[in-house]
Amino acid sequence: MDVTTKQSLEFNATTFPNERRSPEGFLPIATEIRRDIIRMLVRAGSGHSGGPLGSADIFAVMYFGGYMRYRPEDMQWEGRDRFVLSAGHMAPVMYASLANAGCYPKEEQATLRKYNTRLQGHPGRDMHLPGIETSSGSLGQGISIAVGMAMADKLLDKNDRRVFCLTGDGELQEGSVWEAVMSASHFKLDNFCWIIDNNDCQIDGRVPDVMNVYPIVEKAQSFGCDVIVVEGHDYADLMRGFDRFLQNQANGTGKPTCIVAKTYMGHGVSFMNDKFEWHGKPPSKDQAVAALEELSSI
Amino acid sequence: MELLGQKPTRFGFGDGLVVLGERHSNVVVLGGDITGSVMTSLFKDKFPDRFFSIGIAEQNATTIAAGLALSGKIPFFASYGAFCALRNADQLRISVAYNEANVKIGGGHAGISVGPDGATHQVLEEVAFLRTLPHMTMIVPADYEEAKKATIAMGEMVGPAYIRFGRSPVPMFTTPDTPFELGKANVIKDGNDVALIASGALVWEAILASQELAKKGISARVINVHTIKPFDFATVTAAARECGAIVTAEEHQVHAGLGGAVAECTAKNAPVPIEFVGVKDSFGGSGEPEELMVKFGLTWKEIYASALVAMERRDKGSSGVRAIKDVPSYA
Ligand SMILES: Cc1ncc(C[n+]2csc(CCOP(=O)(O)OP(=O)(O)O)c2C)c(N)n1
Ligand SMILES: [Mg+2]
Repeated sequence: MDVTTKQSLEFNATTFPNERRSPEGFLPIATEIRRDIIRMLVRAGSGHSGGPLGSADIFAVMYFGGYMRYRPEDMQWEGRDRFVLSAGHMAPVMYASLANAGCYPKEEQATLRKYNTRLQGHPGRDMHLPGIETSSGSLGQGISIAVGMAMADKLLDKNDRRVFCLTGDGELQEGSVWEAVMSASHFKLDNFCWIIDNNDCQIDGRVPDVMNVYPIVEKAQSFGCDVIVVEGHDYADLMRGFDRFLQNQANGTGKPTCIVAKTYMGHGVSFMNDKFEWHGKPPSKDQAVAALEELSSI
Repeated sequence: MELLGQKPTRFGFGDGLVVLGERHSNVVVLGGDITGSVMTSLFKDKFPDRFFSIGIAEQNATTIAAGLALSGKIPFFASYGAFCALRNADQLRISVAYNEANVKIGGGHAGISVGPDGATHQVLEEVAFLRTLPHMTMIVPADYEEAKKATIAMGEMVGPAYIRFGRSPVPMFTTPDTPFELGKANVIKDGNDVALIASGALVWEAILASQELAKKGISARVINVHTIKPFDFATVTAAARECGAIVTAEEHQVHAGLGGAVAECTAKNAPVPIEFVGVKDSFGGSGEPEELMVKFGLTWKEIYASALVAMERRDKGSSGVRAIKDVPSYA
């Protein structure tokens, strides 16, 4: 991809395979995901920039590092691992990941938030976008859905499928999140991987100012999770987290894995970095151009 | 009825709260991590000591509000209606309504006019739920001024109350002098051929429909039911008797909201043909607000067409009873 293509507001056709790769191998993927997030949001004229940009590295490793088993051409394949985006407002990063995996046409990203789109403002299962396992957007519900899926896989169907779920950190204020985690460890769901996007930001400000949810690590541990804290923008560290999950499942530890990923909201675009004001705003045209320019060197 | 500009009803809620804060030292506000969008930030800036951020925890906020109310405070909790009417439904039912706790809820971003956020955020069912709760007062203001008056009124009455307001700008047509009394529907245009009974943003659409009907020589009565509960049975029954045909219009499921209340009232007191304008038993979806109002059939055009149908059914006699083959699967 040349620099003009990278700076372009248009979507390109590049896709990436899902395979074991070295840490450096994730950077071009995460960067293309970030560019697509900017391209979608500037077209939509509304939506969430901060969370999606900040979690793009997590998604790159999860979808493109061989951790989640899926078939881009058949996202209904019954052996697939499933991902639930409990923080539904972060939909653009999931949509960009699925597009860059080849699950649906990349140019369709241009329809984000438009009438009748498969890329609803918050994931809508009724629109049948390949890879969307459930509707979400009411915070705190997705993680319980994921626990239900993991129970079906492990306790009833007795297969080795994996269920991944990402929550925000503000989202942890919903008490039902902890009900879900309690049941994940009660039912010994070592096939369940919970990722927390710990950017310390939410709509009204920093997480401890809005309602303190810390200490997160000790809470998750005391709820029975195997907790691993990783730098959310360091691919080797993210891989360490997902590898630990795979080991937990393979060894049958009976513990759900909780990856606490330390991230910065808006990471990758310097004027958005670590600013909670970017939680729910799209870039203007000028800001999008500046963001794509910054993201074009990779 | 004159168009005085456009403003979102949520601004009326925010401004009303500030007035209440000035008048009553026991008014307190709870935030649910969207204080800017639902305008409680205005109160927070003015009265920081009486504002408490509860975070993203609507069930907790609702029940904390009940505890504050049982301690003599007048707590307001506001969030998106999707999350502060239904996520916390049990808390509203037992801790608030059954307790008759003096809790006030502001449900913002209601209806499909939220736009691009999509179905999860477009609450279209809460009027149905709230109007079945004993002791609850349920208000759906039609414009900015009315939202402001309603907010003040709900703060100054005693008992649980809920106000529904929207995100997008809507036409303003009431003034500070327009009468507003909780539980008393406003007849904003007289007429005897058909009654257009509306709430929220659909009141303005009903006014537009009445103007189109007038061009055909049809005089429509336009009624703004800003208080869904307690319901104004007298005004609606009189409209049924005097007009003999009714159209209801609301930015809500056609089931069990304002249309349901009107149907219950008239079936008992004065049965007449009714046509229902609303979202027809479906979830919303992403799109621009005006576009969605057209796609989901929530404009004056549907009210106009429904008025003709209701009158035709009346004029055919036998109360416009439909042939079984013409009975639709929804209202
Ligand atoms: C039940 C519920 N309450 C409120 C909201 C509104 N809301 C959407 S995102 C958000 C903040 C989420 O914070 P966090 O999980 O930290 O995500 P981030 O801001 O980091 O993207 C809120 C309050 C919602 N979607 N669902
Ligand atoms: Mg956060």
